[in-house]
Amino acid sequence: MSARLRVNPIMCEGHAFCADLLPELIRLDDWGYPIIEEAEVPPDLLALARRAADACPTLALLLDERDD
Amino acid sequence: MTPGTLAARRTGPEGLPRLLAGMAVDAAPPTLAGHEDRYGPLPTGGGAELIELVEQSGLRGRGGADFPTAVKLRAVAGRRSPIVIVNGSETEPASAKDRLLLMRLPHLVLDGTVLAARAVGARHAVVRVGERRVRALDALQQALAERSDGIGIELVAGPEGYVTGEETAVVHHLERGIAKPTFIPPRPYEHGLHGRPTLVQNPETLAQLALIARYGPEWFRELGSAADPGSVLVTISGAVAAPNVYELAFGTRMTDLLRAAGGRTEPLQALLIGGYFGTWISAARGEQLRLSRAELRSAGAALGSGVVIALGESACGLHETARIISYLAGESAGQCGPCVHGLAAIAESVRALAEGQAHSGELARLKRWCEEVRGRGACHHPDGAARFVQSALAVFEPELERHRHGRCAAPAAGLPIGAPAATPGRRRTASGVRPPGSADPVRRRPAPGRPRRESR
Repeated sequence: MSARLRVNPIMCEGHAFCADLLPELIRLDDWGYPIIEEAEVPPDLLALARRAADACPTLALLLDERDD
Repeated sequence: MTPGTLAARRTGPEGLPRLLAGMAVDAAPPTLAGHEDRYGPLPTGGGAELIELVEQSGLRGRGGADFPTAVKLRAVAGRRSPIVIVNGSETEPASAKDRLLLMRLPHLVLDGTVLAARAVGARHAVVRVGERRVRALDALQQALAERSDGIGIELVAGPEGYVTGEETAVVHHLERGIAKPTFIPPRPYEHGLHGRPTLVQNPETLAQLALIARYGPEWFRELGSAADPGSVLVTISGAVAAPNVYELAFGTRMTDLLRAAGGRTEPLQALLIGGYFGTWISAARGEQLRLSRAELRSAGAALGSGVVIALGESACGLHETARIISYLAGESAGQCGPCVHGLAAIAESVRALAEGQAHSGELARLKRWCEEVRGRGACHHPDGAARFVQSALAVFEPELERHRHGRCAAPAAGLPIGAPAATPGRRRTASGVRPPGSADPVRRRPAPGRPRRESR
């Protein structure tokens, strides 16, 4: 099981909920848009990452979960 | 002339020029008969056999991405209703080679289009050219009227603007009239125009393919090296006596490249290689290089769509960089926050540094922004622009210090910056060319079910 975070930059409007919910992996740039510091989500943060993806108002935060 | 089979002619033209051999001295594009007299008829055949020839030739894409053409062909070949797009957008202001091919040698590009379509099993192709390229559009229209290839080829004029030529933007425009990049994946080869597997190729790549299909991969490899076979079109501008498009062999020394363009008009301080998504290299280093992928890579550069700009000693690299990054920032498609805000801030920062108005922390902030915007757009616009600025900061570092202590009075180098951005997604067409989004492009000119042409 692995999970990776991506942002669809066209959809993203910089609401920044993701950086609030998941500061361990996401920070904001000077204009409030997310920078994914670490795309690979460690198992202990998976639940938070799912929450962050669900919370994005424009559905721009993508969590690709794969069985491997 | 009887059409030959693939690579039937063992001997092609020797030396250079190859692609440009058929360019008439007067500006008129050759007729189909004149074209065939020069290069021989379009060979029959296609499919896996043709892809095999392309693979043996080592041909790589000439639109800037430098991707192996055979791999691209294979990714689309044999899949359900594939389609070919000739991306003649050439939105890089410092590049003029695709325009030249389309204006002067349209039949060579169309030969390559037909061959690429046959290689992947496509029955339709779209040739996309910027709407301001009226002479290219006219030449293509005339050439298409002379041909009957068994492939439906449609000509489409698209809006101008730096990012409109990006391949997902080309597909987006043809589908919906919006010339802006889309989020990838999927890439066009997997899910392109109307969901079809779409082969997007640059005109020069197709013109090279048209020669490889005639003369074979061994002939193609007579020029260049094992790693970089063949010839390449390079648009050379800046401080040279005869700025223009030149066909050169890979492996050519940069000094010989400059000589081909009439030689430098003054001592040089830097070369910009690869266009505005490219890399500045100091002249001392750049003039030692050859036109080879490995050598350019060792200097942190890539040939891109074949652009070399020479910057003379009298000009100011920082000011030129400020002008170009300001242009690039203005050319953002306006879709992605990091590109819209980041490039605008980067452009303003470079301007402040060039004009001696920067505060002490400006350079560090600029460097951080350049790192941060990379990889954060839907397309590579922010990446290319950031790389360009980063190379400027490295090469013109001594200038930075000088500019901190006062204004610089260097005259503008007159580099081709490009006209102000057209409104992205604007729907305007040249006469007789289909406006985008008005109809399914593949249905306008159905492919006739007959063979290409009677032999003559």
